[in-house]
Amino acid sequence: MSKIEIKNFNLYYTNFHALKNININIAEKKVTAIIGPSGCGKSTLLRSINRINDTIEGVHTSGEINISGENIYDEEIDVGILRRNVGMVFQRPNPFPLSIYENVAFGLKVNRIYSDRNIINETVEKSLKAVLLWDYAKDKLHKSALGLTLEQQQRLCIARVIAVAPNIILLDEPCSSLDPVATQKIEGLMIQLNNKYTIVIVTHNMQQAARISHNTAFMLLGKLIEFDKTEKIFTNPLIKETEDYVSGRFG
Amino acid sequence: MIKLSPKLSQKLSYLILFLATILAVIPVALIVFIIVKNGVSALTWEFLTSMPKDGMRGGGILPAILGTLSIVMSAIFLTLPIGVCAAIYLNEYAKDNLLTRIIKLAIVNLAGVPSVVYGLLGLGIFVMFLKLGVSIIAGALTLSIMELPVVITTARGALNSVPYSFREASLSLGVSRWQTIRYIVLPNALPGILTGAILSIARISGETAPILFTAAAFYIPYLPHSIFDQVMTLPYHLYIISTQIPNMPKNVIFATALVLLMIVLTMSVLAIIARIYFRKYRKW
Repeated sequence: MSKIEIKNFNLYYTNFHALKNININIAEKKVTAIIGPSGCGKSTLLRSINRINDTIEGVHTSGEINISGENIYDEEIDVGILRRNVGMVFQRPNPFPLSIYENVAFGLKVNRIYSDRNIINETVEKSLKAVLLWDYAKDKLHKSALGLTLEQQQRLCIARVIAVAPNIILLDEPCSSLDPVATQKIEGLMIQLNNKYTIVIVTHNMQQAARISHNTAFMLLGKLIEFDKTEKIFTNPLIKETEDYVSGRFG
Repeated sequence: MIKLSPKLSQKLSYLILFLATILAVIPVALIVFIIVKNGVSALTWEFLTSMPKDGMRGGGILPAILGTLSIVMSAIFLTLPIGVCAAIYLNEYAKDNLLTRIIKLAIVNLAGVPSVVYGLLGLGIFVMFLKLGVSIIAGALTLSIMELPVVITTARGALNSVPYSFREASLSLGVSRWQTIRYIVLPNALPGILTGAILSIARISGETAPILFTAAAFYIPYLPHSIFDQVMTLPYHLYIISTQIPNMPKNVIFATALVLLMIVLTMSVLAIIARIYFRKYRKW
């Protein structure tokens, strides 16, 4: 069953045609990787799925992105509700300059999802446990989040997303500012989270895509070149460009 | 032309650059030195806290001090909220279109208008048209218009210094644009906005021309009762006792200048302390 159906989707930055007629069905509760060389539009595609691209001036789109059967580019869609359902983790860990607790509770409090202090406390605990940060942070909840290591900060950012109860988590090169050990840990976390969330990850690192994803999409110059089971993409792709890219002949 | 060796030209350019920097310090030191030297003998507690006497040749300058403070504080009270709101609009909401460009152009030009022109504007609009009379409120309104572009510009700088990634993180949690500004952008920009506001207070404390026609009185030996009263102000008082009063004791003139200087310097020092204090808590 597919959770996200992208149909004939085009995106323009003012006059630049960044995404060209993308069609892709992303499966529920699977990890889908989007790979491709820099500037191919993979981040743009990811950022279209929670409409965070809306904040950039001059962006306009055509086509549809359906999540659970609803077109998120429909005028009646509440972008706030959409973004709570489709969480996003960014390239560089970007915790707010607040305490660890306030970071995780931020979405709950500001969106007024819960007002009961006990429920907020519980949700903070559950979210930090889900990213395996609770044991470390439980005595430091009211310390600044900026005192954490980069890897812990990235975990915290994932916990912050999980707290508002999304179904889909988008990750935009979440390990690109981490060292190999930290990368391994975050990858392990993604595999764990996968039975609860539909995960879409943009990555530069092909080994990463091979390690953690079920399906892989390869993009080039704004077009979706090939989309298939990860195994197939990396061992026996149908299209020559895909083969050239995954075998390291360019990119 | 003589070719200097690289080593010598290095030394020479260092010397020139260093001397240029020293030149900037000398006038400040000289001003402070001369004013303190000539004025300190007249600077007593009584001078700060009593009314002028004998056609301003004796007594104190309390009404001028309070007059300046009341006008300046009213002005910043008026201009800060409006300036911050405008800065938020321009920095967070405005799209890059013709209207925005006209607004930005207007702000830049507003900052370049000579202060005496603001004085005339204040006289025309607030004193005469709105019939506020020569009063604290008319002077404060005039100063607040004059300071508005500066407040907007510094507030925009402060808002801009909040990393875009914070906004993106907040928006991606489904938080609305306004709430993002309210809970993330503003708290982090506040130190910069406040520092700018304190410096604005320092700047407008010494302004003479805008309040000359709108608020300042030649001689009122009592304190104002309301914001619709005319008041004495320090810069104007200094001008009067320096040029209009014969046989004015010299040390009283310098002591008045010293008080004005101290108010301005205190504000600047406050701004510096605030900046250091806030920087300690900012880690990004």
